[in-house]
Amino acid sequence: MAEKLRFRDPELAKTIAQQIRKIAPKDETVKFCHVCGTHEWTITHYGLRSLLPKNVEVIAGPGCPVCIVPAAEIDEAVQLAKKGVVVTCFGDALRVPGSEMSLLEAKAEGADVRVVYGVSDAVEMARREPDKQFTFFAMGFETTAPSTAVEALGNPPENFSFLVSHRLIPPAMELLLGVGDLHISGFIAPGHVSVIIGLRPYELFPRVYRMPTVVAGFEPVDVLMSIYMLLKQLSDGAARLENEYSRIVKWEGNTRALDMMNKAFAVTGGNWRGIGRLPDSALKLRDELVAFDAREKFGVHVEQGKDILLGCECHLVIIGKIKPDECPMFMKACRPAKPVGACMVSSEGTCRVWAKTAAH
Amino acid sequence: MRVDGSKAQVDFGEGVLREVNVTLVDAKVGDYVLVHAGYAIETVDEKEALETLRLWNEILTAGKQ
Repeated sequence: MAEKLRFRDPELAKTIAQQIRKIAPKDETVKFCHVCGTHEWTITHYGLRSLLPKNVEVIAGPGCPVCIVPAAEIDEAVQLAKKGVVVTCFGDALRVPGSEMSLLEAKAEGADVRVVYGVSDAVEMARREPDKQFTFFAMGFETTAPSTAVEALGNPPENFSFLVSHRLIPPAMELLLGVGDLHISGFIAPGHVSVIIGLRPYELFPRVYRMPTVVAGFEPVDVLMSIYMLLKQLSDGAARLENEYSRIVKWEGNTRALDMMNKAFAVTGGNWRGIGRLPDSALKLRDELVAFDAREKFGVHVEQGKDILLGCECHLVIIGKIKPDECPMFMKACRPAKPVGACMVSSEGTCRVWAKTAAH
Repeated sequence: MRVDGSKAQVDFGEGVLREVNVTLVDAKVGDYVLVHAGYAIETVDEKEALETLRLWNEILTAGKQ
């Protein structure tokens, strides 16, 4: 398939960039917002911002599922680890700062913390070591939540539980529209979240907020094309919901995945690091599955943690209010090797993505 | 490459083979799947991909004139 498909074709990219310059407004500034760490990676890695006219900006919203997990939930994981529960997590989660320490620091103090590729590996570990308690720290947006649902509904072993920190993207997008001086002119909606949820949850953006919205894939040509499509809507004076990523994203999403998510989880309010509490933005295991809820099973409940350290501007980076290099700590006190804020930890964090190119 | 109940052997290219959970999709041998954290979350529609590129070319050529 690869030879026939040209989603990284420089010639095609050049043509789109030309068309972008042609239809972009001449004087006013337009600002498009994406909400996906992988989009930021594509844009930064391929230098796509340099192909755009100066008055067409692309900013990064809260698209890193690891960065927005509040310190309180890291603290819960650390407490579980200190109680002797084996905490399994994605590699990204290891160094995210808690109020007192990260999971990596807990591990250094002797706790059993293990990185897994996915939740199924964690379940398998629990089956192999039945005399230990295992929990999976379930982070991620709608892309990841279905895999947690499959395992939660698939009769996990008795010594297994979930520390659920899943969050939902559309409420965060809606929040951005309420941030007074952000002035967003359009959304680049996240392709792999949309694979699961489809297009329907974005319908309110054009309808209620008159906000052009385009679901986009992750190759450089995908992102450029989505910017072109957004500019086209602006020049037509229209606000539509469009799907640039139709080779994978269906209108209705992945109904089987949605069904399993719905069976396993209830939607609830949740705290987001640097943002605060958003209603209907988090998932928790349904009452029938409470036996597998690590918070209930081990009585671990942390309400409030220390999310942002003094001097760290993660809360402004997360909502796209400032760029990473506008934070006084960026690449000085806060570096990939010794991150201060969560945005510098995960490979999807905006600061971490920028650090990679800033180093060159 | 092989589908066996909820598990499938997937070729990630460059010699990387891995077992992937396919509960969330209808995948058969020979399909391209999008894999996230060990789970196939969608099958990739090759026809739609080619159609997308064709449409883009059309739009872009029209814009040039």
